[in-house]
Amino acid sequence: MKKIEAIIKPHKLDEVKEALNALGVAGMTVSDVRGYGRQKGHTEIYRGAEYTVDFVPKVKVEIVVDDMLAVAAEEAIVAAARTEKIGDGKVFIYDCESAVRIRTGERGPEAL
Amino acid sequence: MAPIDTGDTAFVLLSASLVLFMTPGLALFYGGMVRAKNVLSTIMQSVFAAGVITVVWVLAGYTLAFGSATGPLGGFIGGLEHLGFSGILGQVTGTIPTGAFAIYQCMFAVITPALITGAFAERMKFRAWALLSVLWVLVVYAPVAHWVWGGGWMAAMGVKDFAGGIVVHATSGAAALVAAIMLGRRLGHGTSEIAPHNLTMTLLGAGILWFGWFGFNAGSALAANEQAVSAFIATHVAAAAGMLAWLAAERYHSGRATTLGAATGAVAGLATVTPASGFVTPLSALLIGTVAGVVCYGAVLLKNRFGYDDSLDVVGVHGVGGVLGSLMIALLAAKSVGGVSGLIEGNTSLVIPQLVGVTVAVAYSLTATWAILKVIDLTVGLRVDEDIEISGLDLAEHAEVGYSL
Repeated sequence: MKKIEAIIKPHKLDEVKEALNALGVAGMTVSDVRGYGRQKGHTEIYRGAEYTVDFVPKVKVEIVVDDMLAVAAEEAIVAAARTEKIGDGKVFIYDCESAVRIRTGERGPEAL
Repeated sequence: MAPIDTGDTAFVLLSASLVLFMTPGLALFYGGMVRAKNVLSTIMQSVFAAGVITVVWVLAGYTLAFGSATGPLGGFIGGLEHLGFSGILGQVTGTIPTGAFAIYQCMFAVITPALITGAFAERMKFRAWALLSVLWVLVVYAPVAHWVWGGGWMAAMGVKDFAGGIVVHATSGAAALVAAIMLGRRLGHGTSEIAPHNLTMTLLGAGILWFGWFGFNAGSALAANEQAVSAFIATHVAAAAGMLAWLAAERYHSGRATTLGAATGAVAGLATVTPASGFVTPLSALLIGTVAGVVCYGAVLLKNRFGYDDSLDVVGVHGVGGVLGSLMIALLAAKSVGGVSGLIEGNTSLVIPQLVGVTVAVAYSLTATWAILKVIDLTVGLRVDEDIEISGLDLAEHAEVGYSL
């Protein structure tokens, strides 16, 4: 199994979700996160005083898939999340040792 | 005894309700500008004033401000014959029952100390604020109200302040300056992001302030008459002009017209026109609002240069606005509106009283507020501990959070 962690632009979440659904990825976990890479932050102005906000809002999508699906899932995320502008985000892929479905106790790919 | 006018009485009672409504409006205006972890403690400071100052006003504040102005101390402080609002029922002030006047003035005493809270947002102990609000109304607000409105020495020398440029905005602005300096800057001020957490709340608060200000200014005529109409118009026109001028200034200076700028500009226009509202024509009010928007914007920028942390700009908006408006009376007063002429009608006699009135009120508030804060600092302490300031005052001081999502 592989765990795929994608940091994407918030407005791209729906497209990423649909692309993964189309591949048969059964579930995902999503969080609102803030961070920066090459994009850096933005400037806000309150009563003439400028504030530099370093951390830009992003969405983190986490999925775990069977090894066979990993490459396709990665490609689907990249294709769906890409705008070709700075700040599109990144995808990280890890080996996932084990998984358990809490309700039934199933283990491994059956638990996904 | 003069007859009571029912129309005037109804108008003043409704105006009193409008002025009371400004205090929760101010709470939202300020509450939106702080960080989420301090939203309740900020709102609480204004809301608490509505409770504690009302009690203080009934018991002693009213008589110190509006008790008899005779005797050796009469020019400086009111007599004690109205302690506990005694001897008020059955009396008449102008064309309204004295009780209507006394409760109308109560609402002014509530909001004036609440204005100061913006200067020390996000770092003052609640206990310190509880003491400050009470002492400040008794030691600063009531005497100055007596000087100007209660027949005291400023009234005797002809100082004009229709609805509180000197009594409300200059005194609270001066107190705010002292408080901001004495409490020191918030942790992380100037180095990390300390940005408003909910400007929608601030804009709603500004709207409530604008709405309530009609009671504040038009109601100060104490009658539903032509002067009240003039004050109503001047109030609205100055708020609108203040907003536009502020937006123009910041668009020119920082490149964007902001919502916080729109709200602040309107409040600057309102604060500045307050002392002049019953004395000036609509076009003069337009000028006052425009000057207020630009000058107050500049004053707020100046704060950043001086490096003190008047967190929500009480000095730049209320202090500067109150002083500016009080001085502009001497220039723009129109005899046809309020019965007195300013420089534009060739009368120079207002210049000295307005200058003296503003200067003494500001100097007195600076000094007395400093002394009050010193006493509080030496007894219960002014500022919360560093760990509380970092984790937020709401939980530590009130055991609540504004948002649990």
